[in-house]
Amino acid sequence: MSAEAGPSGPVDTVKGSAGPAGPAGDDGYRPSERRLAHEAYRRARARRSALVATASTTATAVVLYLLVVNSPGWEVTRRTFFNLEYARQALPEVLRGLRLNLELMLGCGVLILVFGLLLAVLRTLRGPVFLPVRLLATAYVDFFLGLPMIICLLVMITGVPALRLTGVTTDPLLLGGAALVLTYSAYVSEVFRSGIESVHPSQRAAARSLGLTNAQAMRYVVLPQAVRRVVPPLINNLVSLQKDTGLVSIGGAIDAVYAAKILAAHSFNFTPYLVAGLVFIVLTVPLTRIADWLTGRMNRRQLQGGAV
Amino acid sequence: MSGTEVLRLESVRKSFGDQVVLRDVDLAVPEHSVTALIGASGSGKSTLMRCVNLLEGIDDGAILLDGEEITDPRADEDAVRRRIGVVFQSYNLFPHMTVLENITLAPRRVHRVGRAEAEAKALALLDRLGLAAKAGEYPDRLSGGQQQRVAIVRALAAGPRLLLLDEITAALDPVLVGEVLSVVRDLKEQGMTMVLSTHEMGFAREVADQVCFLDGGVVLEQGPPEQVFGDPQEERTRQFLSRIVASGRLQG
Repeated sequence: MSAEAGPSGPVDTVKGSAGPAGPAGDDGYRPSERRLAHEAYRRARARRSALVATASTTATAVVLYLLVVNSPGWEVTRRTFFNLEYARQALPEVLRGLRLNLELMLGCGVLILVFGLLLAVLRTLRGPVFLPVRLLATAYVDFFLGLPMIICLLVMITGVPALRLTGVTTDPLLLGGAALVLTYSAYVSEVFRSGIESVHPSQRAAARSLGLTNAQAMRYVVLPQAVRRVVPPLINNLVSLQKDTGLVSIGGAIDAVYAAKILAAHSFNFTPYLVAGLVFIVLTVPLTRIADWLTGRMNRRQLQGGAV
Repeated sequence: MSGTEVLRLESVRKSFGDQVVLRDVDLAVPEHSVTALIGASGSGKSTLMRCVNLLEGIDDGAILLDGEEITDPRADEDAVRRRIGVVFQSYNLFPHMTVLENITLAPRRVHRVGRAEAEAKALALLDRLGLAAKAGEYPDRLSGGQQQRVAIVRALAAGPRLLLLDEITAALDPVLVGEVLSVVRDLKEQGMTMVLSTHEMGFAREVADQVCFLDGGVVLEQGPPEQVFGDPQEERTRQFLSRIVASGRLQG
């Protein structure tokens, strides 16, 4: 790209814009020549950046498109993965399955938050009486952080019914949900714990010096600040959970991914998989944007010297 | 005599690892009196305060509050802290609570005062310091001086027997220092027993009943302000004061 909007541009703009002064207050302030020149230069630079960005994005898109379309197997791939006809048939089935994913996500999400917070708080308890509690909570987190999700699911879905316990469900959906809660509680408790540890010790000292007990200091001073700080990472965990709800289908429940699999098995066309994938993406994008927005807001407040 | 003594330190010793921070510190604080701790940074002033509030344990000696040994391991730490108010250099207000919530937290949760009563009392205290309009604000909307005055109100709201002020003006500019110190002056008139550490020597001389010069963890000199500032007995005290005079913080 050539520098077509060079330094000659702004000078003209300055001379042309003698009239439109900014209405900033009633103190008779008029932007100086210098300010106008700087602003004009910045505008020109922004225009140029936008132009460069557009051009480079277009070029990248064209290159990618040509690469894909000219690959030797493209025709076959297009028919098996990007078939509009199959997509139209698959969408209602996939959406029906998606209901299950959403229900699992919401139900498990609530339980995970409760258990995760509980685990994190248990690990902060002081005093000799709580040693076994601390040890158990730590062992639990270590165990489930390390245990692969899929193994936990298989053990729950196939192992628990094999025990033939009376009064315990054998519903693969409930057992799969329980496995999700077990594993994710460990992840989420680590997030909460990092939040608790990020609250400055002076806050606890201030609370204790007011006569609050350790538990009261935790409840009224530390936790409210900790929870606020970990909302963005928690949302990321929620996004991850949303996708992992699909794993419950290994027990036979029909979720969005499994619905796509059934369709694909009938027709030997993989378009339904793509449809299911897109549906998940559409669901997660708003969540990640919310997390970004929250993080940005906190950073801004912190930059202003405020509290998070 | 001991009946009117609020705080007493007897041969208090405190070390962090190999470094001895407090060495045989003796101190008596009579009721309704103001004790100023002066000394260079690192002389042990803050550690002494933290020990009195049981935020730090001591290695040897004893600290007595109203004649009762609070450093006894059998003493109820929470009960002791309820009787001692602390104001920190860095305010340490709770950022997620409004000014009013900051102040009413301890009365409501620790002393089990009803919400309406706690808020009425808090508002009265705020009003006295000219901060009633800020009751609904969050701490980050307040200036440093305002935050520090709120921190003082928060400490007072619990109705403490003793108030510890740990370099409460160190983070403030001169104008804000003035507004915080005038609050301390008012408290003295109302008879609050206070121990304060400060670098504001002029203020220490004006408001304190007794001045205590700490150097390397030892109380080098102790007495009424006229004596410590006007006729220091120890060479180290003279050196410290002359450095302070040279820096313009005290008229010579």
